[in-house]
Amino acid sequence: MKSLRLLTAGLAGLVFAATAHAAGGAEHPHPPEGGWPFEGAIGKFDQASLQRGYQVYHEICSSCHSMKLLSYRNLGEPGGPFYDPAYPNPNMNPFVKALAAQNEILSPTPNDVGDYDFRPATPADRFRSPYANVEAARAANGGAAPPDLSVIVKARHGGASYIYRLLTGFPPDDAYVQRLVTPETIVTPYSDNGTPDDPSDDVAEVKTPAVYETLLDVSKLPSEHGSSEHEEGFLKINAGQHYNPYMAGDTTPNFEGDPRHAPPGGFLAMPPQLIEGRVEYTDGTKATPEQMAYDVAQFLAWASEPKQEHRKSLGLAVMVYLGLLAALLWFSYKQIWRKVDH
Amino acid sequence: MTDHTANEHDAVDEDRRNFIHIATGAAAFGGTAMFAWVAVDQWNPAADTKAASAMDVDISKIPACGEIRVLIGGKPFFIRHRTATEISEAEAVNISTLRDPQSDDDRLRPKPDGSLNRSILITSGSCTHLGCVPLGPCQGNTGDFGGWYCPCHGSHYDTSGRIRKGPAPRNLPVPDYRYLSDTVVNISL
Amino acid sequence: MSGHESSYEPTNAFTRWLDSRLPIIRFAQDHAMNFPTPKNLNYWWTFGGILAVCLVVQIVTGVILAMHYSPGVDTAFASVERIMRDVPYGWLLRYIHSNGASMFFLAVYIHMFRGLYYGSYKAPREVLWVLGCVIYLLMMATAFLGYMLPWGQMSYHGSNVITGLFGAIPIIGDTIHTWIMGGPSIGNQTLQRFFSLHYLLPFMIAAVVVLHVWALHVPGNNNPTGVEVQDVEKETVPFHPYYTVKDAFAIVLFFMMFAVFVFYAPNVLGHADNYVQANPLVTPSHIVPEWYFLPFYAILRAITFDVGPIPAKLLGVIFMFAAIAVLFLLPWMDTSKVKSMRYRPVARQFFFGFVATCLLLGWCGASNPDDGVFGTPGKKLVVSYTDAGGAEITSEYDGGGEAYLDAKKFVESLPAGTNASISAVAKPTFQFRHLSLILTFAYFGYFILLFFVGLTESSKAVPESIHKSVLKRSKPSTATAIPAE
Repeated sequence: MKSLRLLTAGLAGLVFAATAHAAGGAEHPHPPEGGWPFEGAIGKFDQASLQRGYQVYHEICSSCHSMKLLSYRNLGEPGGPFYDPAYPNPNMNPFVKALAAQNEILSPTPNDVGDYDFRPATPADRFRSPYANVEAARAANGGAAPPDLSVIVKARHGGASYIYRLLTGFPPDDAYVQRLVTPETIVTPYSDNGTPDDPSDDVAEVKTPAVYETLLDVSKLPSEHGSSEHEEGFLKINAGQHYNPYMAGDTTPNFEGDPRHAPPGGFLAMPPQLIEGRVEYTDGTKATPEQMAYDVAQFLAWASEPKQEHRKSLGLAVMVYLGLLAALLWFSYKQIWRKVDH
Repeated sequence: MTDHTANEHDAVDEDRRNFIHIATGAAAFGGTAMFAWVAVDQWNPAADTKAASAMDVDISKIPACGEIRVLIGGKPFFIRHRTATEISEAEAVNISTLRDPQSDDDRLRPKPDGSLNRSILITSGSCTHLGCVPLGPCQGNTGDFGGWYCPCHGSHYDTSGRIRKGPAPRNLPVPDYRYLSDTVVNISL
Repeated sequence: MSGHESSYEPTNAFTRWLDSRLPIIRFAQDHAMNFPTPKNLNYWWTFGGILAVCLVVQIVTGVILAMHYSPGVDTAFASVERIMRDVPYGWLLRYIHSNGASMFFLAVYIHMFRGLYYGSYKAPREVLWVLGCVIYLLMMATAFLGYMLPWGQMSYHGSNVITGLFGAIPIIGDTIHTWIMGGPSIGNQTLQRFFSLHYLLPFMIAAVVVLHVWALHVPGNNNPTGVEVQDVEKETVPFHPYYTVKDAFAIVLFFMMFAVFVFYAPNVLGHADNYVQANPLVTPSHIVPEWYFLPFYAILRAITFDVGPIPAKLLGVIFMFAAIAVLFLLPWMDTSKVKSMRYRPVARQFFFGFVATCLLLGWCGASNPDDGVFGTPGKKLVVSYTDAGGAEITSEYDGGGEAYLDAKKFVESLPAGTNASISAVAKPTFQFRHLSLILTFAYFGYFILLFFVGLTESSKAVPESIHKSVLKRSKPSTATAIPAE
């Protein structure tokens, strides 16, 4: 009887755990070593990292990815990367103004004669979008529109850790091999005199260049990817696609090898972006790919929910209050019921 | 009901009981009040609304004797380019005769170099009577005193935006603005 | 109880004047303050009060959110995010509202299981129970409509699936489907009508709650013994302050759990996909409803076979609605005269089995129907090719890496033009679709069992009265297994 009830309670926990867990064929994104400073009940963002993260977004990501829900003023709001207590109104924060003015945006309102001008952004403006609309984004990126990053950390399983792992999880360059599909052919027209490259010959040979395809040698993937043992096989990489073990998807159709052991992950149109030293951090931090991924993932975590620090600090006060109220009510309850058998 | 038949308890116990109930009630009331405050605070302007309540206006293209009207956060403002005659009219008024005494200089803000640009007058665009938007030079009716005329209830404003005749109690208010340069003015609510 | 005398005495001229015109103070005193309530109610009885608070919280936060929300396919997602970012305390109000829906359902499920365990649906409380089922149905509709409003991927595609259920109705299904959506697909017009109804339904719930409380106050509360009150003096206490303080204590404990979700895990009960704006061209890989619908979703998907002329899709819909409809019939399906399961040893076992069934159905609903219940099954290799005659031939290889090498050798040995390919196929295993089907029958089986168990079961000795049961329990020797206390 007791055990049945325990079983029921256990099942309840299991069901809650199961609903929170959505299965996918991708590698599980573990947090970076040392975890995230903003996680946990009293976690806070590392402001210096947020500032560097904005720099990475601005200098690298923003050339393809929009953040339509963010305004430059958000950068200077309490909890934001460039919040300065001297300027409670972020619109007046000169640093935020300067950051905004670095971006030329198309004015959302027409000018005196009804045209839309380009002008430097103000803190009240939304982040500049790299493309006018999704069609333009798609056309410029081989058919895959880069997703908006405003709430990306909340929109992906694994959150900031997913962003971090995805950005640093591309296979190393030496894991790729080229395979000849069709060799170069030289067709000699019949009017030709038969001697290749004869200068007196007035009809040129027709050269068809060799066709290669790119393959990923799965055995060369770093060992933390893939299952414990090294699998053998090759993954065919289609033109304009890039393999990433953290991307949701299915690699089986492209895998040459034991189909039961196709590598985890999928393909995305974005090539590896965070190359050593691509950003020169203003604070002198060394811009390793891991550092850049860490910073930009933290920045995106902030951008996805700028109010989360406030949420947690208010939560602590609310929990303390509710605890006290519960204690008071308990004594009140005991007092009222003390003469009643029940 | 068992409680009603309860035998007498000592007064100390009763006090303690009362204290606990009062403390509990007060705590519960306090929590409810905090939540009520959240429900009230959310009526305040949102951050994006606040951010949209300032505007940079280019004043160099306003023709003399003309005005432009801008909306900032949904509120109308007049930016009037006054002629020399209009300025002298505004300055010539005996302040003590006014309903809302203010000199013309009081109604201007200095440029970055400290001097006054008397040809540009910036005022709120809602009549201080009941909030209608007065007619001005662009509508061809400047009222009896050459400034603005409110058609709703017949208030006349002079070329400094001061109330001269009609039901309006005060002059057209001067908004919070400053010259960013000689030609650009930042107006905020 | 309806029979009890009103104890209200107007104390001054105004209250005397009011009492003879609109006896509202008398009404409040009789029903909210002095209402005689059995003194042996346990904590499972506090969920009625918790639910009332949940409804108030949802209505208050919902009315506020509606001041900032903008229903429209181009504006809904951004307006929700504006609430989260720019509206003062908007994030708090929205998280209370979205997690509040989950808390509301959690409380209503506990409330319903309490009613099931203690037989609160039996005479003379059938109408009370049926009204409760109406509230539950309205809650489900409200939650479904509300989940669409953020206009995320899960909102859109979830609504698409659920409105599609109406398309399964024979003959008129397509017409009804189009009528609900207001067009060939879910669009702006659907979002606007869903918003309008989402605002309306909570007030209908509130109205039915009034009837529910009225229906409660005619026979009075059931209690853990299931024995009706016989002596009001000895066996009941006035609702205030006895149960107001006890309910308040339970409500605050409930709020603590609620606050953990709101402040520390506000999105854990939701889906990441709903933070992607709806895109009708891309369906998320794994569509699941909110957790509180999962058991019904599992029942819907459990039926994968046609029965006679009824196609599987329609049958699934029928079973899903029947799973709710059967609750309405419960008062007449349980034949036992004994209310509380405390005294029904056989039915009680089935009750716990039923709770487990519901939870497991929830697990099935959250899982991919093709996945194995006991972990991922191994896979075998299948080589398929066409022979000279054009017939499709498959051969299977099972085992470790050498199986793949064998299969590969075999493929290489085949002549060209046979279109040979190697694929991995899951070995047959016990999948969630199988478990769902078993559990679906277990779900309905419970109600049928109640009918027969009630006829044959020999119950334990039921106490003569609440008073005697309480006296017995206050002695230390009677530490028998009393569930749920």
